[in-house]
Amino acid sequence: MFDVGSFYRAQSVEDAVRALAADPCALPVCGGTDLWVRNREGRDSGASYVSIQGLPEITGVRLDPDGDIVIGAATCFRDVAEDPIVQKFIPMLGEAAEEVGSPQIRNVATIGGNLCNGATSADSAPSLLILNALLVLKGSGGERRIPVEEFHTGPGRTCRLREEILCEIRIPRSAYQNRHGAYIKYGKRNAMEIATLGCAALVHLKEQKLAEVRIAYGVAAPTPVRCGKTEEILTGLPAHRETLERAAQCIRGEITPRSSWRASREFRLHIAGEMLKRALAEAIRRAGGHIDEA
Amino acid sequence: MKHSTLNMWVNGRAVSLAVPEGEILLDTLRERLGLTSVKRGCEVGECGACTVLIDGRAVNSCLYPALTAEGKHILTVEGLQQPNGELHPIQQAFVEEAAVQCGFCTPGFILTAVEIVGTGKRYSREELRKLISGHLCRCTGYENILNAIERAMNESLEQREGEQP
Repeated sequence: MFDVGSFYRAQSVEDAVRALAADPCALPVCGGTDLWVRNREGRDSGASYVSIQGLPEITGVRLDPDGDIVIGAATCFRDVAEDPIVQKFIPMLGEAAEEVGSPQIRNVATIGGNLCNGATSADSAPSLLILNALLVLKGSGGERRIPVEEFHTGPGRTCRLREEILCEIRIPRSAYQNRHGAYIKYGKRNAMEIATLGCAALVHLKEQKLAEVRIAYGVAAPTPVRCGKTEEILTGLPAHRETLERAAQCIRGEITPRSSWRASREFRLHIAGEMLKRALAEAIRRAGGHIDEA
Repeated sequence: MKHSTLNMWVNGRAVSLAVPEGEILLDTLRERLGLTSVKRGCEVGECGACTVLIDGRAVNSCLYPALTAEGKHILTVEGLQQPNGELHPIQQAFVEEAAVQCGFCTPGFILTAVEIVGTGKRYSREELRKLISGHLCRCTGYENILNAIERAMNESLEQREGEQP
């Protein structure tokens, strides 16, 4: 038995917001693969849960006429990974979705929940950061849109208000068109593992030069982070082995991982450089380029 | 705790019951419906022993509020029994390949195998390994389990090909 004060299945986002606003002890829940484990651990005991699982208005992936990709926050990871729009335009996000938990977890856990938990290890976060995702939240005060980069405010914390529902994750066309990316997760096992470190890199390749570079990490800081300094240094450099070495060196000076029982700070810094080299090389390869060795 | 009505389909039969709002699907299946093939394992979604198919997809029933199953089709191993009382071909494949040791993880693996074989796709050994990665077998009999799933997949594909005109 989950320790709940009540469990209410909302009929719509509007209904969920109303239910959350009416009860100060109420929490939204979607797939629940993290929240129910929390509940089992005795946290949030007796809370009133408002379930938004499966609400059609926030489930599924679509391509807007302007070319923006809109991912419903209640879309489970399997459906993100198998979606033809994701596979065609932003395959790195599908690959990141495939890294989450296990097949059973991915059938239930949602991409919106992954962000709202506020974990730095969220597998979808680094890819969404470098895809310049925009989050659409709805609450009693109406709708607001915030860049995913501003969403995480600390470990397990986001700027989502308690009675707000994350409805959509929007990837602007300009952020993915002619861009190619890759996500690499480091963990001790291939399945059912929380990332020791996650690295996402994306490039816009023009005449074998990095016209644009975007880099983000999970578990390199208390929240998922973009790495603007390294991005800036790499912009304009050629797709060359030396550039990758430079990237590894820069990133170790930019991120601030900590030691935890999973890995030491030193180990994380070491693999951060190696993972970035590999992610950039794969992104460049996908962009049709090749790494000049000479 | 307040009770609510739950209507779902379990192994092809319509079920209607009143359950407390915090009830977990695992408990509804085991304690109320007596479907003890669904195992209580880690209870945090890691071991896969409680796996059931919900609308054809493998789900950990230990992290699933019963009320969320409203209107859905649940399949447990009890629902695999053939009309003549024989084992399901996937169960038979597990027997043939000696893919069962203590048996605790077996019902979960078999349901995931039902989903895999039901896709009608041919998976490589490596893909199968990934598809069963949500199950732990503490006897570590994974090789035989993979052999069994591969056998069931191949038999099903051969049968499908045979049925095509």
